[in-house]
Amino acid sequence: MTAPTTPLLVVDDLRTVFHTARGAVRAVDGVSFTVARGETLGLVGESGSGKSVLGRTVMGLIATGATTTVTGSVLLDGQDVHGLSRGRRRRLWGPEVAMVFQDPMTSLNPVKRVGTHLTETLRRHLDCSRAEARDRAVDLLRQVGIPEPARRLRQYPHELSGGMRQRVVIAIALACDPRLLIADEPTTALDVTVQQQILDLLGSLVEERSMAMVLVSHDLGAVAGRTDRVQVMYAGRTVESGRTRDVFAAPRHPYTEALLASIPQLDAPPHTVLRAIEGTPPDMARPPAGCRFAPRCAVRHDDCAGAMPALVPLSMPLSVGSPAASYDREVACHHPTTSAAFAAPGGPDGR
Amino acid sequence: MLAPDTRAAHPRRTLLLTGLPLLVAGLALAGWAFTTEVVVTIVRMLLLAAGVLAAIAGLGKVAHAVCGRAVDVVLWLGIGWLTFILGAAILAPWLPLGNHDDAVAGLTAPIFAQPGDGYLLGTNNYGLDVFSRAIHGARTSILVALLAVLIGTTVGGLVGMVSGFVRGTTDRLVGIVSNSLLAVPPLILLIALGTVLDPSVRSIAFALSLLTIPSMVRLARANTITVAEREFVLAARALGASRMRLLRREILPNVVLPVLSLAVVMISVLIVAEASLSFLGIGIQPPQPTWGNMIAEGQGGVMEEHPYIVVVPSVCLFLTVFSFNLLGEKAQARWDTRSAKL
Amino acid sequence: MLRRLLISTLELVAVLFLVSLGVFLLLSLVPGDPAVALLGEGRTPQEYEAMREQLGLNQPLLSRYGDWLGGVLTGDLGTSLVPPQTEVLDRILSALPVSLELAVLGLVMALVIALPLAMWSAYHQGGRADRVISAATFGLLSMPSFLLGIVLIAVLVNALGIFPRNEWVRLGDGIGGNLQHAFLPALTIALMEAAMFTRILRNDLVTTLNEDYILAARARGMSPLRIMVSDALRPSSFSLVTILGLSIGRLVGSTVIVEYLFALPGMGKLVIDAANQGNYPVVQGAVLVIALIYVASNRLIDGSYGYLDPRTRRARA
Repeated sequence: MTAPTTPLLVVDDLRTVFHTARGAVRAVDGVSFTVARGETLGLVGESGSGKSVLGRTVMGLIATGATTTVTGSVLLDGQDVHGLSRGRRRRLWGPEVAMVFQDPMTSLNPVKRVGTHLTETLRRHLDCSRAEARDRAVDLLRQVGIPEPARRLRQYPHELSGGMRQRVVIAIALACDPRLLIADEPTTALDVTVQQQILDLLGSLVEERSMAMVLVSHDLGAVAGRTDRVQVMYAGRTVESGRTRDVFAAPRHPYTEALLASIPQLDAPPHTVLRAIEGTPPDMARPPAGCRFAPRCAVRHDDCAGAMPALVPLSMPLSVGSPAASYDREVACHHPTTSAAFAAPGGPDGR
Repeated sequence: MLAPDTRAAHPRRTLLLTGLPLLVAGLALAGWAFTTEVVVTIVRMLLLAAGVLAAIAGLGKVAHAVCGRAVDVVLWLGIGWLTFILGAAILAPWLPLGNHDDAVAGLTAPIFAQPGDGYLLGTNNYGLDVFSRAIHGARTSILVALLAVLIGTTVGGLVGMVSGFVRGTTDRLVGIVSNSLLAVPPLILLIALGTVLDPSVRSIAFALSLLTIPSMVRLARANTITVAEREFVLAARALGASRMRLLRREILPNVVLPVLSLAVVMISVLIVAEASLSFLGIGIQPPQPTWGNMIAEGQGGVMEEHPYIVVVPSVCLFLTVFSFNLLGEKAQARWDTRSAKL
Repeated sequence: MLRRLLISTLELVAVLFLVSLGVFLLLSLVPGDPAVALLGEGRTPQEYEAMREQLGLNQPLLSRYGDWLGGVLTGDLGTSLVPPQTEVLDRILSALPVSLELAVLGLVMALVIALPLAMWSAYHQGGRADRVISAATFGLLSMPSFLLGIVLIAVLVNALGIFPRNEWVRLGDGIGGNLQHAFLPALTIALMEAAMFTRILRNDLVTTLNEDYILAARARGMSPLRIMVSDALRPSSFSLVTILGLSIGRLVGSTVIVEYLFALPGMGKLVIDAANQGNYPVVQGAVLVIALIYVASNRLIDGSYGYLDPRTRRARA
């Protein structure tokens, strides 16, 4: 990076509250982050951490309405997403920001042909003729690696395999050349063998188009080698963030540590007991005071349940040759892990 | 339905502040519209309706404030009406009601008396007391419907259950007969039957039960098939249970609830069917009152002169059917979610 | 595939057969002597006997049924017992267009009313509009059709004098007059059916709108109207088509009552009058025709499922 450019996405203290019969559920409770152009950010967390809701709120799909309240700000290339009228916001979806959903079986309309999904988006946003839209659709399908694209246009979603459907979903998301792609658990509903292919595809497309991407997943493996930076979420808040390889190499938050430790290791001796995290995530209608992870934390201290820890930058020794800006490492913990396992200064940089 | 608004929390005070005036104003408007002679009938009816609706809305808010949570006022009003009308219908012979069907005695009574002077809701063309006829009409209408539903549910439910259990040729045959009954639109079937049968309560009930049977057969059969394929039935079979025992202990309890829910819905359908038949002159004959033939008395210009002749049975009919529908809907929501499409 | 079609056609024939038998048997139980009904009281027993011979009433039941069925298959539905003693088929053919027009007009009006209401309700699910519409349709459904007709007549005809009553202008004689007379009866039918359609379609739309692909369509920037029409209606249309099919039976009933109320010369009036007069050939023929139409339209409805949901279509190759 030469001169610092303005980030593409700036999220500041975003909160999403759902008003239900049970009470106010604070699904996202004060999350802030930025995504630079061409950067890939990973959002990691277990089910119920609020990461999916976060993705949709960032996009504006979830906005203040009859049963929802969204506070904070989301600036997409300088534009306040939630300040726009509904119509203006809708015009962002496709050309500026697009979403890849989790389950391709349910996110494609079963009574609509694959081609129609693509052409209706193209014709709406790019104002092209039917023939042009069709050609672009064929080209898009080819780009996502679907064989015989012209034939696929006329098929229905149920006639394709799971992996191919997800490729179609990706093609639809990319149709109008968005600058930001939000991938909400794009591989969770797929076979393990297909997951790698899809993640590779996403990675190469993102690089070709210099797109920014937010990859939401509970699968650490998916996030590990494919994101520049990662944010670990728990109970609606960020507990740790930083460059992916740093966070994974030396986690500072007990939750991140526990997550990493719970991944079964291939080279562990047989009959090694899997280390799960005890307990369950808190009820977001009545979250505990103080640190939300405290009830399950292995290294809990007495003052942890007292006050909510703020997300503070960590002071870390700079590595030689790297600009300070790339070290925005943050942790929200009263007693972050002190570990000796730092990357030694002077080691090779880059991925 | 006019379901309570569970969206945001309303503080108690605002509820009372908006609810009480609404209730009072609504009642006042309704009462004025009912008794005034100033405005023309149509406007009166509209104002009456508006007043009643406002009063119900106000009552809902007041009840919410008092009970602390949202109350389904309409459901309770419906239950209240049903209790009243069923109670009155059952107790009718012992209540001090006027003459409802004795045409001879009616000769000496004033015809088309206005509601109020001596007769609670006036008299009809034959000098018979409208209020008393309304209550006795309830008796007949509801009795016929209940009888028909009873027959239809028992017969239809049993046939459907057996048919779904044994499958094979029996099932096919039952299907054909059932489809034949369904091939003739209900009212036409009733009219055709009405030509043949004598217009007594028993025959009408029999004819109406024919309407219920196909639907019951279909529902019982579908539920039986689903239950019979479940593993606990298979397990019971593997333990050597006889078919009768299976039917009685495993299948019946699971089929009973959806069937009963449909029965409640069917009651109101049959009340309407009976009223339609009597209105057309094919059902219960006057002077024995039923809401249908009471409404028919308004034909030929009578309604314009003496609206209450038609209004009283119409309101009774509407409220009763409405309340049964409400109950049926709740029952289906609880016990038969698959059919609860309305 | 062909075998399935054959079996279902056989079942269809069995059903129609049973219906015709049932109708025939039923009307053979008519109390009273048709000969007396025709000739009037006070004739000699021989005259009644001669009439019975003429009517073929002395033949055994099954052979009478056979004769009648034979006649039906060649297009002869018998002769009306009551003057004017025209062919039953002619009377039916004259009355059928009236009923059909009423039914079709009623259905079309019902759809025109129900579709926007259902879409509006589903879009504003849980909101005030949704609850008001839901309450209104529930109320309408709790009203018998004749009551609704009476109310409409009281308001629109007697009080406001907008529409005529008790007449009918045939389609051939002038569309303007025809529509003016058909409007109110059709509206009565339409309101009842619209209430049912609105509720079912609204519930279906709400379910569809909660599907992931609707969210995905929103995320592509599609406008709500576009989503509603192009993405939500097609999958929801099954219920509507099913209900359209089921409502045909109710429709016939409503048509009968409405024709009676407005004194229109349709099938309903034909059947009711004939039933009251004991004119059983007419009742037999009319019920058979109605059953035929009813069964045929149900088959049509079943067939349309294939078009609406491509998943049920036979996959090629």
